Amino acid sequence: MKYLHLIWAALFRRKTRTILTLISIITAFLLFGLLDAVRTSFNQAGQSANGAQRLQTGSKLSFIQTLPSALGAQIAQVPGVKMVTYANWFGGAYQDPHNQVFSFAVDNNYVDLYPEMDVSAAERKAFDDTRTGVLVGEKLAKRFGWKVGDKIPMQSTIFPNRQGDKNWNFDVVGIIHSKDKKAGAFFDAMMLLHWKYFDETTPYNQGNVGWYVTRVTDVNQADRVAKAIDAISANSDHETRTQTEQAATASWMKQLADIGLIVGSIMGAVFFTLLLLSGNTMMQAVRERTSELAVLKTIGFSSGSVLSMVLAESILLVLLGGVLGLGLATVIVPALSAGSGGFLNLPGVGANSWVLGLVLMVVIGLLVGLLPALRAMRLNIVDALAGR
Amino acid sequence: MRFLINLGLIVLLAVFIFIWTLLPWYAALGVAVLVAAWMTLTRSGRQAASVTAVGVSTLRQRLGSASVIVIGIAGVVGVLVAMLAMAEGYSQTLRKTGSADTAIVMRGSSASEVMSVLDRDSVVLIPQAEGIAQDAKGKPIASPELVVAANLPIKGGKADEEGSVQLRGVSEQAWAVRPEVKIIDGRTFKPGMRELIVGKGAVKQFAGMVPGHEIRLGNQTWTIVGVFAADNAMDSEVWGDASVVADTYRRGSSRASVTVKLADPSKYDAFKSSLEGNPQLKVDVDTTLDYFNKQSEGTAKVIRIMGIVVGVIMAIGAMFGALNTMFAAVAARAREIATLRAIGFRGLPVVVAIMLETMLLALIGGIIGGVLAWLIFNGYSASTLAQGTVGQLSFELKVTGALLWTGVKWALAIGFIGGLFPAVRAARLPVTAALREL
Repeated sequence: MKYLHLIWAALFRRKTRTILTLISIITAFLLFGLLDAVRTSFNQAGQSANGAQRLQTGSKLSFIQTLPSALGAQIAQVPGVKMVTYANWFGGAYQDPHNQVFSFAVDNNYVDLYPEMDVSAAERKAFDDTRTGVLVGEKLAKRFGWKVGDKIPMQSTIFPNRQGDKNWNFDVVGIIHSKDKKAGAFFDAMMLLHWKYFDETTPYNQGNVGWYVTRVTDVNQADRVAKAIDAISANSDHETRTQTEQAATASWMKQLADIGLIVGSIMGAVFFTLLLLSGNTMMQAVRERTSELAVLKTIGFSSGSVLSMVLAESILLVLLGGVLGLGLATVIVPALSAGSGGFLNLPGVGANSWVLGLVLMVVIGLLVGLLPALRAMRLNIVDALAGR
Repeated sequence: MRFLINLGLIVLLAVFIFIWTLLPWYAALGVAVLVAAWMTLTRSGRQAASVTAVGVSTLRQRLGSASVIVIGIAGVVGVLVAMLAMAEGYSQTLRKTGSADTAIVMRGSSASEVMSVLDRDSVVLIPQAEGIAQDAKGKPIASPELVVAANLPIKGGKADEEGSVQLRGVSEQAWAVRPEVKIIDGRTFKPGMRELIVGKGAVKQFAGMVPGHEIRLGNQTWTIVGVFAADNAMDSEVWGDASVVADTYRRGSSRASVTVKLADPSKYDAFKSSLEGNPQLKVDVDTTLDYFNKQSEGTAKVIRIMGIVVGVIMAIGAMFGALNTMFAAVAARAREIATLRAIGFRGLPVVVAIMLETMLLALIGGIIGGVLAWLIFNGYSASTLAQGTVGQLSFELKVTGALLWTGVKWALAIGFIGGLFPAVRAARLPVTAALREL
């Protein structure tokens, strides 16, 4: 620690060079922070304790195939099932078909199965009482400037109403707040409408249900309950497939893109470049200071301490840049999520990313400093002072 | 004064980058020819050429630091080209699926085929419209199709891991409206049988997609009898007989869309308005070209923006790497440059020489990055859940000439910025001080 001053002075011996290198390192770790946020948002999807308690039951044929609404009562009879609800895709869009809104037509008790969603008791009651009422997520409401009491015209990209018209009218009766701000970014970006109103208004649904969501009493029984639910409609013309919410989401994400591979290869390219760049800087720094290092050795610094000083210098360089870069990413990510108007839902740079980032910084610092440090350690005092 | 010069440089840079991004390849070639002419024909040009030659000849002694520029820029260009190639491959695959002489008719306000439902009356009525081409027997070439999704086990996945594939129920006319679809293995399905043919893209993604193999859809067993290829988005689909598929999916006699061959593509507007104006129908008409273009827009744009954002951030890193290296190179050659200035070389040749050296390194890096991206990623198959379909769309990354040119342009821009500031510093080096410095 007592050498910190010396190391610091050595680091900023050539200000321009150090600052240029620092900026390179900052950009590399900024990119790392952003990509890691994307990766975690993909991995985290559905991975909550609540998600493990919920089962999703859809048609075995495909996710667009609907199920009969009578199945709900049968599922409720399965031992280990605490609550059942159901939902349909609505495919809503506001004003322009490009402004897609995550919207589901749901049974009244849908909100009860998702403790992550926070709706005040009064608004909940208003939703139950209003046929055309909708609950909208906090972020969604902000995006389009909706308030409780507003009448909003929506389009459905899937379901026309009885007149063959795609326009639907709803009343905003409540706002969904997300309890877990980090994981639940999704809940405050969606819209829930009444399945009953939906089913009565469109001629294309005819009493069917898109999928059932079941809450189990015991997480460890989830597999057994899932099998029992699928057994109800085995060999019928509407066989079902029941998965935990975790498994279902993971499967969707995997089909969407192999994000780990893409992020991994970009990060590989970035860090390889970074390694080379700062390695080169450190090499230059040591080469320039050959005579100074020799003086240090002459006045009694051991080879070991010269080695550790050069290593410390390179680690300090990478750490400085890395912490600044990751810090920048920590600031930028939430701003990006907010600025994209609900299109991107990144969870922010979490503690895990920071730990991983710090480990990477130290490792890169060590790798980068190793060659120059060894060179400094092996320096022969007489040769170095003579400038040979 | 110094501040003003720096400000001027930054403005110059902004203007340069703006013009550079808009520049087509032949204009860039013209600029290169102009510079070459200047270097051979004028006195200051020849000076610049000789200073450049000296700089380039000493590169070998600075291999380590020069490789920072080359490899840094190769990394940027490689990643950028790979991401853009993904967007390109995706939209090409969808674009090739459509053509200007076929039109698709769907229920009004449906965003895609799978969301559309046409009842029996509409399915009968649509082929009677004016402007549809007729086959040898005088029947209109119109193919009513049903589009649904099927869950199938993924190739190489865990035991119960299933993916979604788009299943299209077709009739004989499907072959007439899509002449590019060919059976490449086995035979086609027999009408009325639970038989399927699979696209060659789907074969790669799902398990057991070989002729003779049986798969389960819900509680039914279907037999795969053939493989087809179309070299477009259809490759990711599975086809069966429309009426049997409708039966399995309880769709009765409704269909999702009707694809028709136009007798005369120039009369498309009349065809469109006659159908959309028909009070018995509530349909939207699009040429398949427009329809598939629209489907590709969103996702391709997202991939492209992602690629450019990542590319820009990496480019900033590489740019500072280049700046660093070139500042070091200028510092190392300070005496040499000062000597040149002392014996009468002007500032401009020195600036040009250093810029050219950096841009040469950048060009090498850009070419290496582009070639690497081409070698590794051209034809690399990827898949994603496509917007507007209900199955995975498999596509191949396409590294086109235009993309490689974009990569080289980025490389040269990074080299330009990375070289400009060190070059200006070199030219402004006070001659006496630099000569005295040891």
